[in-house]
Amino acid sequence: MKTFEFTRANDVAAAVTAGARSNTAQHGAISRFVAGGTTLIDLMKLNVEQPATLIDINRLPYDQIEPMADGGLKIGATVRNSDLAYNASVQRDYTVLSLAILNGASAQLRNMATTSGNLLQRTRCVYFRDTAMPCNKRDPGSGCPAIGGTNRTLAILGGSDHCIATNPSDMNVALSALEATIYVTGVKGDRTIPIDEFHLLPGNTPERETVLEPGDLITHVTLPPPVSGSRSYYLKLRDRASYEFALASAAVVVVVADGNVTYARVALGGVGTKPWRSREAEAALTGQPAAETTFRAAAEAALRDAKPQSENGFKVELAKRCVMHALKVATQA
Amino acid sequence: MPKRSTPEKSDKPASSAWGISRRFFLSQMGATGAAVTAGALISQVTETRANEAPVATADRSRTVPVNFTINGEEHRMMVDPRTSLLDCLREQIQLTGTKKGCDHGQCGACTVHVNGRRANSCLSLAVMHEGDAITTIEGIGEPGALHPVQAAFLACDAYQCGYCTSGQIMSAVALLTEPCGPNDADVRELMSGNICRCGAYPNILAAIRQVRNKPQT
Repeated sequence: MKTFEFTRANDVAAAVTAGARSNTAQHGAISRFVAGGTTLIDLMKLNVEQPATLIDINRLPYDQIEPMADGGLKIGATVRNSDLAYNASVQRDYTVLSLAILNGASAQLRNMATTSGNLLQRTRCVYFRDTAMPCNKRDPGSGCPAIGGTNRTLAILGGSDHCIATNPSDMNVALSALEATIYVTGVKGDRTIPIDEFHLLPGNTPERETVLEPGDLITHVTLPPPVSGSRSYYLKLRDRASYEFALASAAVVVVVADGNVTYARVALGGVGTKPWRSREAEAALTGQPAAETTFRAAAEAALRDAKPQSENGFKVELAKRCVMHALKVATQA
Repeated sequence: MPKRSTPEKSDKPASSAWGISRRFFLSQMGATGAAVTAGALISQVTETRANEAPVATADRSRTVPVNFTINGEEHRMMVDPRTSLLDCLREQIQLTGTKKGCDHGQCGACTVHVNGRRANSCLSLAVMHEGDAITTIEGIGEPGALHPVQAAFLACDAYQCGYCTSGQIMSAVALLTEPCGPNDADVRELMSGNICRCGAYPNILAAIRQVRNKPQT
């Protein structure tokens, strides 16, 4: 690990000022915020991340989960994943979020990992994590050996000729289906970002993963009020029963009235270069009978643009069945 | 169990053919090696204390101060900011019960409790634990007064090589106070962060089942 300066941020302004000295908020940032450390310290040990300054934000007042006046929920940036998953309001009103988090990592890691850190979780692509290999995300212009190489776990949606790295988060998939909003404070003040616009497709710049700029600090995430009559579910399919990243996952929020789907939100994990909201699947569901033919149509719509790689063609059908089964469970009375 | 706040007080030589334990031998070798560089380290510590900033900072050549409680004992120490909590426990405080397996949060051998909750000590920097209360395997029981989970691991033969065992036990102890369902499947899920290459899982599960089925004292 390269050595660094360690700073403990005692207030928000100090954190933003320190963060703003960075060259970028994206890959290769010389200044990094650290909360749980479960991604960042791992990558620093691999020399994939080499920040010159580490800013500890654990002292900032962002560790609360609070109900909002509009009926929604405010989740602080440093709320630990386990606290979020076991929160009674989350388990009752946003079941999909609790399930997604509890399907991720291990109990130890969930005690450490935070809301904001999970939003910024980095890909598990083996080339990204190995500094001996080229990687356009880690070293722009060096190439993508994953294309045509070891890509079994990588993305089939949202990839480019430069990068097919999967976003590994489970939490982000649920937050996408719940239409969460991300609150950021920075040198230019506060702003809000819908989660769908927070993560970027790799395109020609896979080193840019989010819209964050130097000094931008995620303060909290909000969830809209729970949709009346909705049921939700998170289904994760993986190589082993627990403590493994998704090959395919689906977060669904649905309302069924008189046998018809009247509201649907669908997001996929493990298959996209970003948390993959599928408005195509939602359109295929809305107004249709809550039946297997509808679920298959939604699954087909979600994967219509899939571009499987040399080793992961199986993911197309796997993801379809994942969406179908999640919808089946969520719509069962 | 002897209190192990400093290396000097710890590592009493255990009996062996030569009257010296492997751990004692290795720790003395380490101390001899460390003496060569002690002078340089001490000057850094002094300099840092003299220039201590309002927030804990360090430049690239200096150690930083951190204070925390380990197994009920206060520790004030200087660490390289890169030092993981795991390395700090093992190398600086000589609490070698906590094991280093993968060093990347993938195996759970390094599991300790931080403020009562289990965590992977390898993925955490020591300097991030200012004011925290840390419990290691050395802090939950001792010969003659084993923690119920330790006793159950013995009774159920819940290990083979033993390398993952302290992490397994720390996870199992934490699990007792977590929202874990009543079934074996629930226990397996919450123990999935601790990998055992010997495959002692059935006996680990049996040990945890034994403790959960007994009234807690």
